[in-house]
Amino acid sequence: MSAEPAMRAAETAGESIVLRVSRYLPGRDAEPVPRDYEVPLREEWSVLDGLNHVKDVLDGSLAYRWSCRMGICGSCGMTVNGEPRLTCGTFLSEFAPGPVVVEPLRGFAVIRDLVVDIEPFLGKLASVTPWLVRNGAEPPPDAEFAQTPEQLGAYKQFSMCINCMLCYSACPVYALDEDFLGPAAIALAQRYNLDSRDMGAAARFDVLAAAGGVWDCTYVGECSAACPKGVDPAGAIQQYKLTAAMETVRRFLLPKGAR
Amino acid sequence: MAREGRAGPRRRPVEPFLWLLFSGGGMAAAVLVPVLVLLFGVVFPLAGGPPYDHLRAVAAHPLTRVALLGLAVLAFFHWAHRFRFAVEHGLGLGRLDRLIAPLCYGAALAGSAAAAHVLFLTL
Ligand code: SF4
Ligand code: FES
Repeated sequence: MSAEPAMRAAETAGESIVLRVSRYLPGRDAEPVPRDYEVPLREEWSVLDGLNHVKDVLDGSLAYRWSCRMGICGSCGMTVNGEPRLTCGTFLSEFAPGPVVVEPLRGFAVIRDLVVDIEPFLGKLASVTPWLVRNGAEPPPDAEFAQTPEQLGAYKQFSMCINCMLCYSACPVYALDEDFLGPAAIALAQRYNLDSRDMGAAARFDVLAAAGGVWDCTYVGECSAACPKGVDPAGAIQQYKLTAAMETVRRFLLPKGAR
Repeated sequence: MAREGRAGPRRRPVEPFLWLLFSGGGMAAAVLVPVLVLLFGVVFPLAGGPPYDHLRAVAAHPLTRVALLGLAVLAFFHWAHRFRFAVEHGLGLGRLDRLIAPLCYGAALAGSAAAAHVLFLTL
């Protein structure tokens, strides 16, 4: 234990960069306050590595979420120099000479420091029936359901989402209206709607075309620009608008019995 | 089907139809307007176009009138939809949707009526 601080002092004597981290503890702070921490600037260090250095060495009270460090778990999303980013995939060197401003994801209630409340988001995800609906036509458990490459390609892109919420943080409509279903949830609905094994499109229509659904989107496109996984939620929403409009016209024109 | 608590001010069963007009207008304008601008703004002035009487006869043809009216109506509704959300989201006036939306689409209706008047009564 005693040798370590000396080693770290030598490290920081080399190149370093300032992390300006938003600190907030409800009950203690009236509002978030930025706090500066000097961390080593190493070529291979991500912003998350910088935060881990702060927590391990400088200030153990810092709260933030992370897990995989490889862009898969989706838990390390934060606002870095004003933009929603995965901190494990964002390198400190991008911001040299600094400072690197690290804030919680915008658009969400802050629980503490860099940790935001993800419950509303999880509720939205759950509301689009995000599983294969078979309407009683369940195949036997050991049956295979083969898909052609084309059938797989129809939804594969939308299945790459890691629920990092960067798209919500980037979305100006969500910033105005927290009831908006939002990019990832609609992309997730399309992931199942476009799956040849699924039969749940009609049930999802009632959610996607309702208040807070696709009609709130004005195709700004920031969600797709922010997405670290190439999901293109804006494309999913546009695509579904056409589907929903056609479905609405169909329901409007067809007599009730023929639906 | 009605989702309690989610019935925000923008809940409108006509929303899909407004969006269809919006996207139809964007499509029609993107396809037709550049052609018209190229013809009447560049090619005819520079290279000399068909004589006035001929162009007038083309414009007065019922099919041309209907096509131009269609373009004008769709383009007006495209504008109305875009402008409505520019005001509501851009200026943060979403609460006033009940006022803003009728004004925008009303303006598009008025523009459509004016276009019809020009195309069918004065041309
Ligand atoms: S769509 Fe992209 S940005 Fe949005 S939650 Fe999924 S992976 Fe993240
Ligand atoms: S830590 Fe898992 S995505 Fe960044």
